[in-house]
Amino acid sequence: MIVNQFLVLAALLFSIGIYGVLVRRNAVLVLLSIELMLTAVNINLVAFGQYLQDALVSGQVFALFVITVAAAEVGIGLAIVILIFRNRSSANVDELDLLKW
Amino acid sequence: MVMLAAYSEGAAHLTDGGLLAQWAWLIPVVPLVLMFGIVFFGKRLPMKGWELAEAAMLFVAVYGVALLVMNASDGISYEGSVEIARIGSFTLEWGWVVDGLSIMMYAVVGVVGLAVFTYAKGYMKGDVRYTWFFAAFTMFAGAMLVLVSAPNLIQLVVGWELVGLASYLLIAHYWEDHANVVAGNKAFLVNKIADVGLFIGVIIIGVTVGSFRFSDILEAIADGDSALQQVAFWGGLALFIGAMGKSAQFPFHVWLPDAMAGPTPVSSLMHAATMVTAGVYLVGRMFPLFQTDGFAVDVKAIMMVVGALTLFLTGLIALVQDDIKKVLAYSTLSQLGYMVTAMGAGAYTAGLFHLFTHAFFKGLLFLCAGSVIHAVHSNNMSDMGGLRKAMPWTYRTFLIGSLALAGIFPLAGFWSKDEILASISYDSGHGGGTIATVVLGVAIAGAFITAFYMARAVYLTFFGEYKGHAHPHESPKVMTYPLIGLGVLSAVAGFANIPGIFTGFTQWLAARPQVMGDHHAESIDFVLAGIGLAVALLGIAAGTRLWKRDAATQQARDTFRIPVLYPVLANKYYLDDLYAKAVVDPIKGPIARFTNWTNTYVIDGVVNAFGAVSVFLSRIVYQGVDQRGIDLAFNAAASATGEAGDAVRYTTSGRIQQYAGGLFVGAVLLVVGFLIFT
Amino acid sequence: MQFTDWIADARNIVFLVIALAMVGAAVMVVTSRNVIHAALMLVVALAGSAALFLMLGAEFVAWTMVLVYIGAVVVLFLFGIMITRAPTKADPVRLDHKHRWPALLVALGTFAAMATVTTLAFEDAALPDGVARAGDIGDVLFDRFVIPFEVVSFVLLAALIGGIVLARKDPE
Repeated sequence: MIVNQFLVLAALLFSIGIYGVLVRRNAVLVLLSIELMLTAVNINLVAFGQYLQDALVSGQVFALFVITVAAAEVGIGLAIVILIFRNRSSANVDELDLLKW
Repeated sequence: MVMLAAYSEGAAHLTDGGLLAQWAWLIPVVPLVLMFGIVFFGKRLPMKGWELAEAAMLFVAVYGVALLVMNASDGISYEGSVEIARIGSFTLEWGWVVDGLSIMMYAVVGVVGLAVFTYAKGYMKGDVRYTWFFAAFTMFAGAMLVLVSAPNLIQLVVGWELVGLASYLLIAHYWEDHANVVAGNKAFLVNKIADVGLFIGVIIIGVTVGSFRFSDILEAIADGDSALQQVAFWGGLALFIGAMGKSAQFPFHVWLPDAMAGPTPVSSLMHAATMVTAGVYLVGRMFPLFQTDGFAVDVKAIMMVVGALTLFLTGLIALVQDDIKKVLAYSTLSQLGYMVTAMGAGAYTAGLFHLFTHAFFKGLLFLCAGSVIHAVHSNNMSDMGGLRKAMPWTYRTFLIGSLALAGIFPLAGFWSKDEILASISYDSGHGGGTIATVVLGVAIAGAFITAFYMARAVYLTFFGEYKGHAHPHESPKVMTYPLIGLGVLSAVAGFANIPGIFTGFTQWLAARPQVMGDHHAESIDFVLAGIGLAVALLGIAAGTRLWKRDAATQQARDTFRIPVLYPVLANKYYLDDLYAKAVVDPIKGPIARFTNWTNTYVIDGVVNAFGAVSVFLSRIVYQGVDQRGIDLAFNAAASATGEAGDAVRYTTSGRIQQYAGGLFVGAVLLVVGFLIFT
Repeated sequence: MQFTDWIADARNIVFLVIALAMVGAAVMVVTSRNVIHAALMLVVALAGSAALFLMLGAEFVAWTMVLVYIGAVVVLFLFGIMITRAPTKADPVRLDHKHRWPALLVALGTFAAMATVTTLAFEDAALPDGVARAGDIGDVLFDRFVIPFEVVSFVLLAALIGGIVLARKDPE
């Protein structure tokens, strides 16, 4: 096995995630795509950790941190989506233009 | 015969100041700590927090004067610092400088601040936000002391911005009236625009030298650092533009008259010791940059012309103002013009000496004006008149302040103004050329105008019949004692530097490790002093002729209505309108658009404005183009930024996904750029 | 390295199978017209990543992935989908933007950039064999990384409270 096969796979998953984030209108689906991107990052972290044979196992430890933070992010993200849905009866991101000038 | 000589003392006879200098970090820290004390406990104290503010100023005044006395016997030069953070090779330091220049400023801020704070106790009595006012006021003084004590450009910028923030809070103190809030915003924004210049200058100079410390920068200048030489002009010009904003030089002066919206003690401190002196102080601190051959010497000519323009144009506006505080505000602008002109003429000592004397008499004049306003409940001189009898102490001290400002022998203004005139005259024979000669003429004309409008203010306020409706009475002692104290200082401060007889002030300032390379008078130049005095007396005589007779009548204000000129002056050369139309309107609109504009285009705008302004200035210098030059320059800069803002505002669609897409496109572009360039 | 040399290693065949499954599932996640299907396809992709972690000797991360993601997060998603009444029937107009091509372009560009950079950087560098190190993770987590660990626990707590506060119905 070589490192790059994992890295390229991760890059592919990450790009698919980007596509999802950019193209999906439903906020829940956008969050799903973000999960894909985070998974790709985790693959990278673990692969690098393995490659470097780090005594601190930091690659895996950070993958664990990412998983934890991702769980928190999903919880908050879904709560926000639900809140928005309740206020606007829609969970479509393209109808949310509060950032507009 | 002008007797001047190049001045090249320097490192000789300096002490480190001992414990007094080592503990000088308390000077900015004590007011800031007490500021928090006022915020948290002020309302529970018997005097509602005033006592803490007063204690802070008392401390600074005593410490500053103690340092001043010590510095007078042995020059002090000390620099202490504490490392706060280290980022790579860059070290962030908090420090304090104790040398001639900063000691002078400590003493001025302390003494004037003490008088003003004492006075404010009476003036602000019954104010709804009394405690809050003193918290902000203490912060104002503390921020100025942070700025003055800064040993590096970073801390100076911190103090600079804190001063801006405090001034904003204080100008908009009576925020119930929307106009005051607008005035606060205006002061803040105009300062911010000029601050971009300061930032650019700080970055250019700091990065080129590799250190933000003044001592390193001035050493690099002394060593003739070639890298710094290449950027010195632009760095110096950018720094000077920052200074122009704080010191309200033409065309950034528009914020200062509006800043009169704040309580009078604020105006007094702002005009005398803090805020507007910051720009002059910065130029003084970095003086060798503008003075040493091969560095930003060319900026001096710009400085001189900007100063001269300011002193002349704003002096004329002071002639037509009815609001007594605005008369004084325009007179401050005019006097700041003198200081900047002096700096431009290479006269470090003269410029700072005028700052020193001006602090006392302008602080005094504002406090007197406040006392009058307090009595008649109006800012307008058309509601005053005849107050000489009702308010004897205010009248006497105002008269002393006015005469000092007009430059009448032997009051403070006479000595400092004469020194400036002598310096410009020296410069005209030593490298300043024709410009300096013209500027000398303008400065002398300015002396006439100064005396003229001060005579007007005195006659309209204190002579003739009372025209208002309140019942004027002398202010309480807590207000008159500071007036008397400052009155005495206004009378005698000039003796601190009498060329050839007692040059104490020159020696105080000389306590710096670097050679300033300025020139200053070695003996009194009787010809120029005579001209200055004669012109001032002429101004007073003209004022008396015009206004004494009419002071009783409502017509008084109309006497000066020369056709064409009057409307131009009354409308302040239409600059406010121009800024409103050309700068404010195109950028006004939804907040996001404004933010967008600021983020992306202020820098462009300022660079354009730099270009435009320098083009404009050189036109003035070489061709003497009239008011149209600035119209075109500012319109061009403003419409360019406006159109650019219009063009990019469509990118702020509010669509999150567009933003995300942009993020990734940017990341890819960075990667591509990285691959190409490595 | 030739593809034939690479595929000769049996583990790489396993990798290829898992990778193809993951990519397929991921594509389904972002293109599926049924939201429930998308969420379930995410499970496949995540399970694939767990399998990759096992191959890399990171069995602790792999099982955490299964427990936290597949067990909890996906369930959370399903709840979210139901509460927001996301369209579960085929309705591409409501699920996707009209602008697919720019998004595809950005995604491909990002992929090209990342793949180029990693290929240039690592070329054929071999990966050492994985050794299970769950014990080491425990040691390190409560020694060297104890502060981040505690911080993350606070983040989770904050998210928990925040989620409840945000999603709760107003009392009135």
